[in-house]
Amino acid sequence: MRRQEDPALLRGAAIFIADLHVPGMVEAVVVRSMYAHARINAIDTAAAAAMPGVVAVITASDLPEGVGPIPMRLSPSPELVHALQYPLARDRVRYVGEPIAVIVAQSRYLAEDAASTLRVDYSPLAPITSVESALASDPLFEGLTTNQVYHRHHQKGLGGAAIAAAPRRLKMHFSIQRHTGMPLETRGLLAVPEGERLTVYGPTKVVFFNRRLLSHLLEVPLQHIHYVEVAVGGGFGIRGEFYPEDYLIPFLARRLQIPVRWIEDRIEHFQAANHSREQHHEVEVGFDDMGHVMGLADHIWVDTGAYIRTHGVTVPELTQAMLPGPYDWPALESDLHVVLTNKTPTGTYRGPGRFEGTFVRERLMDSIAATLRLDPLVVRQRNLLQPAQLPYSNGLKALGQEVEFDSGNYPAALLRASTLMEREAISERKREALHAGRLRGLGFACFVEKSGLGPYEDSRLVLHDDGTVTCFTGLADLGQGTGTMLATIVSRKLGMAMDRIQVVYGDTDRVAEGFGTFASRGTVMGGSAAYLAAAELRRRIVAVLSDEAGSNGADMIMTAVGIRPSEKSMTVSYREVLHRAAAEGLPLDVTERFTATAMTYPYGVHACEVDVCPGTGAVHIVRYGVVYDVGRAINLDMVRDQIMGGVAQGIGGAMFEQLVYDDAGQLQTGTFMDYLIPGMCEVPDIEVVVTEDAPAPSNPIGAKGAGEGGAVGVAPALANAIADAIGAPPEAFTTLPIQTQDVLRWIRLESEHGVRGDEGE
Amino acid sequence: MLEKSMTYRASYTLLVNDQYCSVVEVEPRLLLADVLRDVLHLTGTHLGCEHGACGACTVLVDGRPVRSCLMLGVQAQNKEIQTVEGLVDPGGALSPLQEAFAEGHALQCGFCTPGMLMTAKFLLENNAHPSRLEIREALSGNLCRCTGYQNIVNAIERAANAHSAIKGSVAEG
Repeated sequence: MRRQEDPALLRGAAIFIADLHVPGMVEAVVVRSMYAHARINAIDTAAAAAMPGVVAVITASDLPEGVGPIPMRLSPSPELVHALQYPLARDRVRYVGEPIAVIVAQSRYLAEDAASTLRVDYSPLAPITSVESALASDPLFEGLTTNQVYHRHHQKGLGGAAIAAAPRRLKMHFSIQRHTGMPLETRGLLAVPEGERLTVYGPTKVVFFNRRLLSHLLEVPLQHIHYVEVAVGGGFGIRGEFYPEDYLIPFLARRLQIPVRWIEDRIEHFQAANHSREQHHEVEVGFDDMGHVMGLADHIWVDTGAYIRTHGVTVPELTQAMLPGPYDWPALESDLHVVLTNKTPTGTYRGPGRFEGTFVRERLMDSIAATLRLDPLVVRQRNLLQPAQLPYSNGLKALGQEVEFDSGNYPAALLRASTLMEREAISERKREALHAGRLRGLGFACFVEKSGLGPYEDSRLVLHDDGTVTCFTGLADLGQGTGTMLATIVSRKLGMAMDRIQVVYGDTDRVAEGFGTFASRGTVMGGSAAYLAAAELRRRIVAVLSDEAGSNGADMIMTAVGIRPSEKSMTVSYREVLHRAAAEGLPLDVTERFTATAMTYPYGVHACEVDVCPGTGAVHIVRYGVVYDVGRAINLDMVRDQIMGGVAQGIGGAMFEQLVYDDAGQLQTGTFMDYLIPGMCEVPDIEVVVTEDAPAPSNPIGAKGAGEGGAVGVAPALANAIADAIGAPPEAFTTLPIQTQDVLRWIRLESEHGVRGDEGE
Repeated sequence: MLEKSMTYRASYTLLVNDQYCSVVEVEPRLLLADVLRDVLHLTGTHLGCEHGACGACTVLVDGRPVRSCLMLGVQAQNKEIQTVEGLVDPGGALSPLQEAFAEGHALQCGFCTPGMLMTAKFLLENNAHPSRLEIREALSGNLCRCTGYQNIVNAIERAANAHSAIKGSVAEG
C-alpha cells in the first residue's frame, strides 16, 4: 500500500522549513560558546552590529528581565529546576555550543560574517567531562549541593540482599557511549509577525505543548500564536522539543516586526540539539546453577550534560523502570544517579532507556549462560515471564505510570526468532565458516517496549458534499507517515477509498488540541481516536440512511459518487446525505476522544549472525532478524519500515556512532566525517517477522507502538553474536560501541589463554 | 575586504533541467545548492550537512553526481545541471525510478530522497543491471536516517528490472 506522503516528497515538492521564503524575511545565526565552561565577562557587539547587512545583534541583556528558563515537559522533579537552561547564557557558559548571542542579517552568509566579529571576553573555568570529575567538583549551579542532580532508589523483594544468598554471582560494568538521533534535516524555524499575531513555521512533535510554552515565555495570549508544522526530515526523539531557539526566533520576529528565519547547520546541530544514551552501569546478578535468576542490583550513572532540558529525567527513569525486561526477577534493587557535566544537554533518542538497559540485561543473560556453560536461549526460557503471569508489574514507574506489561507471549517470540535464524543448523554453519577462515556466531536479545502514552488524543472527522473526509488530528508527522496511518484506519472503518481522506495536523488554527507524536503513541492514541470517530460517523450515516440501510448498514460503502447503504439499495449522493443529516439534526462532523490511563507494551526478539575475521577483528553481519509483536498492525509495510529503520540506527549505536569529548570539553566528533552514521554498505538486509499474538487490551484497534523496537535490541544481539563467534568470556563486550580493536583484543586473549568453547554446546 | 565582497556581484546563466535560468547580481560565493534553492527556488535539492558528507544535496552536473554544497554556483556555468524537479516526465508523471520508490516505501521522511534519486539515476544510466552490492556501493555516499536502506536497494533493483522489461517489450514489438 502506497503512502499518501510520498508523491510530493519524490517530486521535491514537499515544503520543509528551509524551503519557505516570505517577503522581507531576514536570517538569524546563533553565536555559541567556544568553551565548555567559562565565565562571560563582557560581549562587545559593536563590530558585529556594524557589519554589512546586519539588522540586529542580541545577547542575554537584550531579553526581557525575568524570561525563562525553559521548563520541563516530561518527568519534572523539583530538584531539577536549578539546572534548567535560559534561552541565552547570562554570565556563565556550561557547554560548547551554548547560545550566547543571535545575529540577524539580510542573509545567512552576512549573518555568519558578522558572527565571526563578535567579541566575547571569557574567563575559562575547569571543565567537567566525566561523571567521576563531576562528583569531585563544585556544583555547576547555585542552589545545588552536588552535581548529582537526581537520585532514585528502587527495591523489589529482598533487593540486593537476595544476591548474597544466591549460589552464583556475576559483577559487571557496562558503558554506553554518548550518541544521538541525528535526523538528516537539521532544525529550523520561521517566525512571521502579522499585527498582534505571530505565525511560527517549523515546530513538530509536540506542537500544542510548545505553543503554550511560547505563549507563556513571550507573555502573549495563546490565541495570538499560530503554530504551523511543515514537512519534517526525521525526529527520533531529539527534534521538536522546545529549545532555546524556539524562544529566540519568535522573540526576534516580534521585536523587529519582520519575518525571521533560522536554519541550523550541521556543525551547530551536533553541539546544540539533544545528545543521548551516555550511561555506566555497575551490575550484580545472582543466579543458581540452572541459570534461574535470583536477584539483580544496578547502579546507573547517567551523564546528563550541562542542563536539564524538556525531558527532565525521562531517559534515566525509563532506563531504571525498563531494565528488568521480560523476565521474572524475584528481587531487584537499583540506584539511579543523574549527573551534570559540561557537555551538550541530553534528551530522548528512539528507545530511550531501553537501548541502554536492553544492552546491559541481554548481554548479562549471555554472560550467565557462559559462566554456567549453558545455552543462552535455555537460560532465557527459564526466566521469561509466562503468558499466564501477565498482566505483570515490576513495581517501577516510568513517565509517571506504573510499568505493567499488559499482554504477550514472550517465550513464543523467542522460539520464533530461533526458528527464523535456523539455529538448529548453526554448528554446521560455524564449521563451514571456519573452513573459509572466519568465525561464525549467533546472538539473541529479548526486549519489551512501551508505547501509547496518554493522557488522551482527539480526532475530528468531517464529511464533505464532494464525498471526501477531512480527518483532524493532534498528532505530528516527523516522517513516519502519520497521515497514511490515520487515513488507513478511517478508510477501513468507513468503507471509503483512502485517497478521499485528507489528514490535517500541526496547524493550531485548524486543530484545537493534541499531545503529539512521541513515545510510540501515534497509532495507539491518535489511531484509536480516529477509529472511534470513524465508527461514530459511520453510525450517524447509517442512522440518516436507515430506510435504505436496513438495520445495521454492515455492508455500507462510500464510493466516489455517493453512499450505498446496503448491497441492494441505490446510491445516495453525498449532498443528499448531508442534507438529510442536517434536517435530522445529526451533524456529520464528529469529534471523539481516546483516553488511556496505562501504556501498552509490545515486545520481541533481535537476532544476529556474524562472521568475524580472526586476523583483523572485522565484523560482518551475515543475517539480521527481528521478531516483533505489535498487537495489531494497521499497515504491515509501515510497521516493517519502522523496524528496519530502527535496526539501522541501532547498528549505528552498537558499532559506529560516538560523541567524543576531549578533556577540555571540546566535541571531537562534530561532523559527519567523524561521527559515523551507518551507510548502505554497513546496514544489511533485515528480516522482519511481525506477529500479532497479543493485541493491546486497552485500545479499540488492539495496536501497540512500532516506532522504537527496531533500535533497542541491536547492541546486545550483536555483542552476543560476536562473543559467540570468538568464544569470548562472560566479561567481554560490555562497552559500546563495539569496535574492531576490541574484537581483536578478545580474539588474541582467547588464543593466548582461553580454550574456545566446544562448538555446538 | 568584506565590504568589497559585498559590493561585487556576479550575474550568470545556468542550464537547469533543460531550461536556461538567469542568476542576477548575486554574491559570487553562493554555493550551487543555495543558488538552486534560494535564487531559482528549486527547493527539492536538500542540504543535510553542508560539508559534502551526507549526499542529500546531490545533483547531476554534466551527467555526473555532484555535491551541490561543495560547488559554487559560478562554477556551474556552461554545464548541464539536473535536479530532482527534472525527473518527472513532461506531463508531470513520476519516472519509473520514482514510482519504484513509492511502491516500495523507499522513503520515510523523504529528506535524503532527492539525493538518492539523482545518484540512482546516474547509476542506472551507467549500469542498467546493477547487482545489489553494486547498488549499495554506488549509493554508499548517501546517508538515510529513516529507512535502513533495504527498501531503497529494492526500489532501484525494481526500477532497473522495469526498465529492461520495457526495453525488452519494445524490442520484441
